[in-house]
Amino acid sequence: MSHHKITVTVNGAASEDEVESRLLLVHYLREVRNLTGTHVGCDNSNCGACTVMLDGQTVKSCSVLAVAADGADVLTVEGLAADGEMSPVQQGFQQCHGLQCGYCTPGMVMAATGLLLENPDPDEDEVREGIEGNLCRCTGYSMIVDSVRWAASHGGAGEVATRHAAH
Amino acid sequence: MGSMVGAAVVRKEDPALLTGRGTYVDDIRLPGTVHMVYVRSYLAHAKIVSIDTSEAVAKPGVLGVWTNADLEGLPPNRSVPGMERPCLARDKVRFVGEPVAVVVAADRYAAADAAEAVLVEYEELPVMASIEAATAEGAVPIKNQRCAAVPLEPTVCLADWQASGLTLWATTQTPHHSRNELAAMFGLSQQEVRVVAPDVGGGFGAKASCYPEFILTAELSKRLRRPVKFVETRSENMTSMVHGRAQDHDIEVGFDDDGTLLALRVRITQDCGGWPDATGIGLPTLTSFMAGGCYKIPVIAPSFRSVVTNTTPVGAYRGAGRPEASFMIERVVDHVAAELGLDPLDVRRRNFVQPGEMPFATQFEGIVYDEADFPGALDKLLTTIDYAAMRADQAARRDDPSKPLLGIGFSTFVEMGGFGPTPLFEQFGYVGGWESANVRLNTDGSAVIKVGTSPHGQGHQTAFAQIVADELSIPFDRISLVHGDTATVQEGIGTMGSRGAPVGGSAVFQAAGKVRAKAMKIAAHMLEADESDLELVDGRFAVKGAPDQGVTMAEVAIRSFKPHLLPDGFDLGLDETAYFEPSNLSYPSGAHCCVVEVDRETGWVKVARYIAVDDCGTVINPLMAAAGGDPIVPKPSSNPRGAKGLGESGATAAPQAVVNAVVDALGHLGVRDVEMPCTPQKVWRILQQKAS
Repeated sequence: MSHHKITVTVNGAASEDEVESRLLLVHYLREVRNLTGTHVGCDNSNCGACTVMLDGQTVKSCSVLAVAADGADVLTVEGLAADGEMSPVQQGFQQCHGLQCGYCTPGMVMAATGLLLENPDPDEDEVREGIEGNLCRCTGYSMIVDSVRWAASHGGAGEVATRHAAH
Repeated sequence: MGSMVGAAVVRKEDPALLTGRGTYVDDIRLPGTVHMVYVRSYLAHAKIVSIDTSEAVAKPGVLGVWTNADLEGLPPNRSVPGMERPCLARDKVRFVGEPVAVVVAADRYAAADAAEAVLVEYEELPVMASIEAATAEGAVPIKNQRCAAVPLEPTVCLADWQASGLTLWATTQTPHHSRNELAAMFGLSQQEVRVVAPDVGGGFGAKASCYPEFILTAELSKRLRRPVKFVETRSENMTSMVHGRAQDHDIEVGFDDDGTLLALRVRITQDCGGWPDATGIGLPTLTSFMAGGCYKIPVIAPSFRSVVTNTTPVGAYRGAGRPEASFMIERVVDHVAAELGLDPLDVRRRNFVQPGEMPFATQFEGIVYDEADFPGALDKLLTTIDYAAMRADQAARRDDPSKPLLGIGFSTFVEMGGFGPTPLFEQFGYVGGWESANVRLNTDGSAVIKVGTSPHGQGHQTAFAQIVADELSIPFDRISLVHGDTATVQEGIGTMGSRGAPVGGSAVFQAAGKVRAKAMKIAAHMLEADESDLELVDGRFAVKGAPDQGVTMAEVAIRSFKPHLLPDGFDLGLDETAYFEPSNLSYPSGAHCCVVEVDRETGWVKVARYIAVDDCGTVINPLMAAAGGDPIVPKPSSNPRGAKGLGESGATAAPQAVVNAVVDALGHLGVRDVEMPCTPQKVWRILQQKAS
C-alpha cells in the first residue's frame, strides 16, 4: 500500500501527515486529526452525515480521498463557531429543535451552511432541495427546514464559513 | 418563577451535538485499541463446507481470525430454547449477512483486507425468504411489510476486558439490561460488568436487541488483552441490525348492515427471520392485544404463529407490534365501509369505545384503556378540514381526466405507551418495567439527576431537568442529568416503548418529591416553624403569610451537610432515589387524516395534506413535542405527571392513513387494497389494469 505526504489545513490549523493513498478524507479527519465531530452514516455518500467544506464547497468526506485534499482548506463542524459563539445555523438548529439524536447534525449543519452561502434566503422548497443529500431519521425534516430558515434571517452562513468560502 | 413543565425551552443536549463535541461510541479512543471486522455470508441459506483463514492470518497487522470452531464455550444469544443464536454461524448460514468469522487487526482498513482474504466454501440450500400466509378461504390478507430501522449511527461497540472486569461502550437503548445479559453469559457478577451508552445516534427499537458483536468484542478483548472496537458499515447494518414488522395477517370480520362490528378473527404470522430475536419474539403478542383498536368488538379471536425464514432477524421497531395491529384494524374498518357503501367515518363512529366507557377493559387480561376520547379526537380533526367539500372535489375530479385523483384516508388509533408494568416486561426478559431516578443536591443547591432511561435523541436532559426545576424550585440551568452508565446510575431498564416521559419522568418526579419533603424538614428546623406552615416559592421556603421569614433551597442544601446544626441523628444530605412502577400501560390515541393526489399517467402518489391530532397527555416541552402533532387537552393517566408518550404515535397512526387515502382515491375503480409501499409502478399497474 503506497503512502503519501499531505498537508491539509483544517479549521485554520495546517498539519503534514503521511497517509495511505486509499484513506478517506472522513477517516483522515476522525482518526488522524482526531476531529470526531464529522460522522460516518453510510458507505457511499447517501446520507451526508460526513459533509464538510473543502475550499468553500460542501463535499461528502466519505467520497473524497485524503490525498485529494492535499493543500486544501477544510472546514468542519468543530470550526464553525466564532470565538465560542455558535454560528447562526447552529443556533437555528437549537432554537427550532432541528435535531434529536444529533448524529446527522454535523453534516446537516454543514450542508445548510453551504446552502446559505449560495442562497442567503431560501424558501421552504429551496431548503428541502438544498439538503436533499442529507438524511435524518429522527426529525422528519420539517423542523430542520425551520432551523435553516431561522438561520437565514439571523446572519446566514455565519462569519467563519463566509470567510472560509471567500478564501 | 413560572412552571418549567410545559415551557418550550431549548435543549441542554444541543450545544455539544451542534459543535461536534458529542461522544458517540466510535468517538471514544482507548490506547491500544484494535478493530474487529466480520466475514459475512452472502448467501441466504447454505451449509458451510470449509473456512480457510490461512491467507487472512498472514496479512500485515492481523492479530487473529476466529470462526465458530475457535470459540468453543462462548455462550449464544438468549432466545427460544433450542434456537439460541451463536455469535458466529455454526455449520450453516441462515440469512444474508450472518457473521461466519471475525478478523481483528491493528486498524479497520487492515481488518477489512483480511476479512476479504478469508475463503468460505458453501453448499447452497433451498431458501425460504418470505412467508406465504395460509390464507383461509374468503379471508382478507393484510401485510405489514418488513422494514429496516436504519438509525443514522449503525451498531458500534468497544470492549475493554481487564482483570477487574468488562467495560463495554455500546450503541444500546438498554445499558443495564445489556449488563445483566453479558454478566450472565460470561459468568461474571454484575459489578464486574460496566455497560456505557454515551451519545447514541438513534435506535428506534432496533438498539434494544443484544447483538453478537457485543459478546464477540468482549471475548476477543479478553483473549487479546486489548480493547477491541467494532464499527458496523451501513451495508452491514441493512442486513444485520434487526428489521421490524414482517407480519402477515389473515382477517375475517363479522358486521351488521349498518357497519356495527360483531366479531374479528386475526391469524398473525410473524416472520422472525433467521434466528428468533429475544425482543422480537414478543411482537405478535402485542399485536394481538391491540387488535381491536379503538372499537368495541364483542369477540376478537387472535392467534399467531412465529416462523423462521432465511432473512434478517426481526425485532423491535418504532411501535413494535402495535402499529401492525393499528394498520390491520384501520384497514379492516375501511374494508367494511367499502363493502357496505358507507362513509369510513360513519363505521368508525358507530364502533368507537366512548369516553364514558373508560376505563375500558379489552378482552385481554391487563389491557385496560385508562382514558381516551376517540370520537373527540376525530371531531377535533374534522374542525381542521372541510370534509364535505373534499368529498365533492373528489367526485368532480373522477369525471375530469385533466386532474389527478383525490383520496382521503383516516386513521383513528390507539397505541400502548409507558411500558410497562413489570409482569409484561418480564415476558421480554427484563428484570422489571419500572424505572429509577436519583436526585441529589450539591452543597450549593444545584442538582444532579441520575436516571435509568437511556436516551438517544429524546431530550431527557432537558425534559427531566424541567420536572425537577418545578418540583424543587431550582433554576433549570442548575440541574444536570447523568444517564447511560451502569457504573454510576442505580438500577435501570432503558428507553423503549414510549416510556421515557411516562415512566422515567415519573421516577424523576418522585425522587424530586422525596428531596423536597426532606428539604422541607430541614427548612422547618432552620426557621423553627412547623412544616405545614411552610411553602416553597421561587427557590425559597417561606413561612406562609410572613414571606420575609424564609430560607433558600441553597441554604437548606448546605445545612443538610452540617450535622451539628441539625436535629440529633438526622440523615445527612439531600440525595433520594425512587423507583416508579406504572400501574398500567398508557394509551396514547388520536386521529389522523391524509389527503393524497394520484397522478393518472404515472401512478405517482403525492401527499397533499396531512393532519394529526395526538392525545399524548401532559406535554413537558412543546418544542420537543412539536414533531408529534397537535396535542389535545391533557388528562390524568397511569402516572403522576399524566404523560402518555408520543414517540411512537406517528409510526402507529400514519401508514394506514396513507394507504387508506390511496385506496380511497382508486375506490371508484373497485380497488379495495394497495399493498405498502404504494409505489408509482404499483399504482400505475392497478390504473392500467382497471382501464383495460
